[in-house]
Amino acid sequence: MFPTRPLRRTAAGATPHMYSSAGVAVVALSAGLALTGCSTGGGDDGTLNILIDNSEATGQLMQALVDAYTEANPDVEIELELRPGGSEGDNIVKTRLQTGDMPDLFFYNSGSLLQALAPDQTLVDLAGESYMDVVTDTFKDGVSAGDALYGVPVGHAVGGGVLYDLAAYEELGLEVPTTWDEFMANNQAILDAGGRAPVIQTYGTESAWTSQLFVLADNYNVLAAEPDWAEAYTANEKHFADTPAAAAGFEHLQEVAEAGYLNEDFASLTYNEGLAALAAGEGVHYPMLTTALTEIEATDPDALDGIGFFALPGTDAANAGLTTWLPGALYLPQSTEDQGAAKDFLAFVASTEGCDAQTAGASVIGPYFIEGCTVPEDVPPAVAQLQSYFDSGLTAPALEFLSPVKGPALEQITVEVGSGIRTAADAASLYDEDVKKQAQQLGLEGW
Amino acid sequence: MRRRRTAGVLSGTIAIIVSAVVFLVPFAFIVLTASKTRGEAALREFTLPTEWAIWENFLAVIRERDYMLLGAFVNSTILTVASVAVMVVLAAMVGYVMQRRPNRLTPWLNALVLAGLIIPPAVVPTIWVLQGLGLFRTLHGLVLIEVAYGLSFCVLLFRAFVATIPRELDEAAVIDGAGPVRLFFQVVFPLLRSVIVTAVIVQSVAVFNDFQNPLYFLPGDDHATVQLTLYNFRSQYTTEWNLLFMDILLITIPPLVMYAFFNRQIVAGLTSGAIKG
Amino acid sequence: MATTATAAPPRRRRGHRSHYPLWFYLPAGVVYGVLFIAPTIASFYFAFTRWNLSGTEFIGFENFALFFSEPYLFQGLVNTFVYGVLTSGLKVVLGLLLAVFLTSQIIARGYLRSVVFFPTLVSTVGVGITFTVLMDPGDGLVNQALALFGVDGPGWLTDPSLALISVALVDVWKGVGLATLIYIAGVVAIPQEYFEAARVDGATSAQRLRHITLPLMRPATATVIVLSLIGGLRSFDLIWAMTQGGPGFTSDVVASVIFKQYQAGFWGLSSAGNVVLFLIVAAFMVPLYWKLNRKEVDR
Repeated sequence: MFPTRPLRRTAAGATPHMYSSAGVAVVALSAGLALTGCSTGGGDDGTLNILIDNSEATGQLMQALVDAYTEANPDVEIELELRPGGSEGDNIVKTRLQTGDMPDLFFYNSGSLLQALAPDQTLVDLAGESYMDVVTDTFKDGVSAGDALYGVPVGHAVGGGVLYDLAAYEELGLEVPTTWDEFMANNQAILDAGGRAPVIQTYGTESAWTSQLFVLADNYNVLAAEPDWAEAYTANEKHFADTPAAAAGFEHLQEVAEAGYLNEDFASLTYNEGLAALAAGEGVHYPMLTTALTEIEATDPDALDGIGFFALPGTDAANAGLTTWLPGALYLPQSTEDQGAAKDFLAFVASTEGCDAQTAGASVIGPYFIEGCTVPEDVPPAVAQLQSYFDSGLTAPALEFLSPVKGPALEQITVEVGSGIRTAADAASLYDEDVKKQAQQLGLEGW
Repeated sequence: MRRRRTAGVLSGTIAIIVSAVVFLVPFAFIVLTASKTRGEAALREFTLPTEWAIWENFLAVIRERDYMLLGAFVNSTILTVASVAVMVVLAAMVGYVMQRRPNRLTPWLNALVLAGLIIPPAVVPTIWVLQGLGLFRTLHGLVLIEVAYGLSFCVLLFRAFVATIPRELDEAAVIDGAGPVRLFFQVVFPLLRSVIVTAVIVQSVAVFNDFQNPLYFLPGDDHATVQLTLYNFRSQYTTEWNLLFMDILLITIPPLVMYAFFNRQIVAGLTSGAIKG
Repeated sequence: MATTATAAPPRRRRGHRSHYPLWFYLPAGVVYGVLFIAPTIASFYFAFTRWNLSGTEFIGFENFALFFSEPYLFQGLVNTFVYGVLTSGLKVVLGLLLAVFLTSQIIARGYLRSVVFFPTLVSTVGVGITFTVLMDPGDGLVNQALALFGVDGPGWLTDPSLALISVALVDVWKGVGLATLIYIAGVVAIPQEYFEAARVDGATSAQRLRHITLPLMRPATATVIVLSLIGGLRSFDLIWAMTQGGPGFTSDVVASVIFKQYQAGFWGLSSAGNVVLFLIVAAFMVPLYWKLNRKEVDR
């Protein structure tokens, strides 16, 4: 049944006079405690390895960059390694950084997620690199900690707001809303017309994150009402529950849910099915990030022409602005041995050649963060609408780029609000508790 | 007697129908969905496919992500074979000595063995230990984890079985000049054959189907096991139900084959008194 | 403990100890000690710390206080109890009924036993994904079938008050085969003379079940309860594959909370979750084992 000889050899080498497993356990425990982490380092075989997430958007952009770079530098070989997205991916990035097992470069979010990587201990400071000069200040704010700068932007500016069905708006004679009340009036009109769900929500398998948009994309409006919100929030002076403008995001979600504006199958629909429902005209509004446009283009390119975009409306029609997300960035871990090759690639990414390569090889869904980079004229309507917010200067970053404090349970909390399990007020205070854990974990002052 | 047999036929027939609905329909659903084209599978209906695409789906799911599934089957096979082989030999050694040589420490050993059956493993500290040993995110690290978690069950199984082997046999071997190592590996171990088969099968199924431990201790795509591919494919195949269910079908086949061949040993193993601890 | 009755009584043979060398414990002991015992002991330290990429900080009972004060962590605790008790209760009842039925004089007995048992061997994640599709509130097969009878099926996995129970039902579907098997082994082991004697005395089959089978099934019941409680209280795979603890936190159990906190980078809190789960399982198992041990003397 089993080969006994090799096993016997193993057994014969062991020490006699061990008295019991308990004794072994004690010995083993002290041995285990004495051990420290060891580092293996990234690829040392001449190829440049880059870890990226497995989303369509990142894949397109990185492949375009790699193709253009290796064409200009035929002696360099670059390999893209995929990882899952979401919190599972966050976890992989954290553990690989911690074990010194990270490839030469990796793509990851900017903002608060970056701060959670303990960048001063794990990443190389790029502040002194000349190619960082052309990176816009807006982006630098999202990848810096103290005086150090860690990332080079890949991709386009992202807006968080409402993707909507242009045909339905035309048919029903609706106008893009600039206040929450107008938005609700539009929803009512759509509901009265029948046949379409006014608001699409998708809480199905692995799609709970989509429920956060009402809260996260409302930051422009929060900042309009409370200009010092981000600082006060980080310092534990203001919170969602005790700041009416901030709690509004939770209330809005409760309002649309209670008014019966949601699609019937919101509880089981997935993100991709939600996008398909929007494209098919089954639902009219889908609060979402504009990165979804890449996804739509990949599955149904023609649908892109029928989809528009507006910012999540607040209270002031004259100040209807957009909450924006910075794209992710490439980071250089301290464990990388051949930093020269990695930095050369980073210099290419942070150049107009880099932008042009991205424009040529991937969907253009917004402006770049490299000075001198331009986007083509003939962009889809939603991208043009996104661009207009930037052109008129009506943008503000999402909270996660202004404060390192972001709780991990927001998506479950907003799902509960949208599903009618929890009230908005309750949800806001629960989220404040969730956030507290994160702040303490980061060792912030005042928590 | 006659009446009873008729009643048996009647209730048996009803049971066959009920069991078919309750237990077979889900499996039939897997097979049917795995045989459909993408568009038809998306409807998620319990119907025969209008167009059978089982072979195309098979090829598509195999080719996906640069033959990731094949790699995953290799990983799962290595994991299962290595961990079960090590687990069985180590547990047999422990169970044998525990049964043959009881002393005042035996109750403590018993408690340790039972602890392994009951206590939920402490995940993050285990990762910390694995990192310290340089075994985190390695296949051999996961092999050792599976060995550690499976030992208790096997030890109980072997200890109970060794008790049925007469000591006179040991004594005869010793008189023939066998040392302790030869006594165990050449005399006792072969006699454990039937319980070894049981342990191997039960643990193979458990390790092959394990999801939680690879999820924690072997994250990432490069060493994915088959259970993890299922999990990863789900986020990717949000619109390709035919491929997702083809993956489920393929992963279901190995235990099905196991069961077909070793039906009796599985049943014997799972119902043996040893389980009771 | 409740192992074979055939165990030979230990004979003390002083001269023979070296034939059963204690170092046979060593290889298993090292693996088990390093990868199971050591982390378990370490978890009792880490549970009292705030632990992240840069190190640990001792914070006393704060993690445990969180577990009992934050509604969504506490919910996981309650759900763990509900899930464990519900699944093992149903497995006992259904397993016993199925076993009695499958040992009676019916046709296709072998086929029926195989069919009931087979789900035990199938991938939990595969079962979870399949049932997630079957239990879809709109176009899932379960609700479509109910619609044929004019019943408007609920949102099995999307209704907050049903999600946990639905997952528990799938757990029972998957695991009842093992319980049935254990009971079948028990029923088969009952000496036929008992039934013969009862029949001679004119006992009906219901009486025979009540007065012979059920009392003699107590050891098997103990086994089923122990096994399904161990599995149920620690259950993670199926819940993660079906609801990931949702909608919201309504079907979270301690094992899924541990995973979520681990993913969020709250390693200390995650370890505290492990300690809490340890205590829950121990609170169930220690009295249960004690009770079993009192009846059946250990060798």
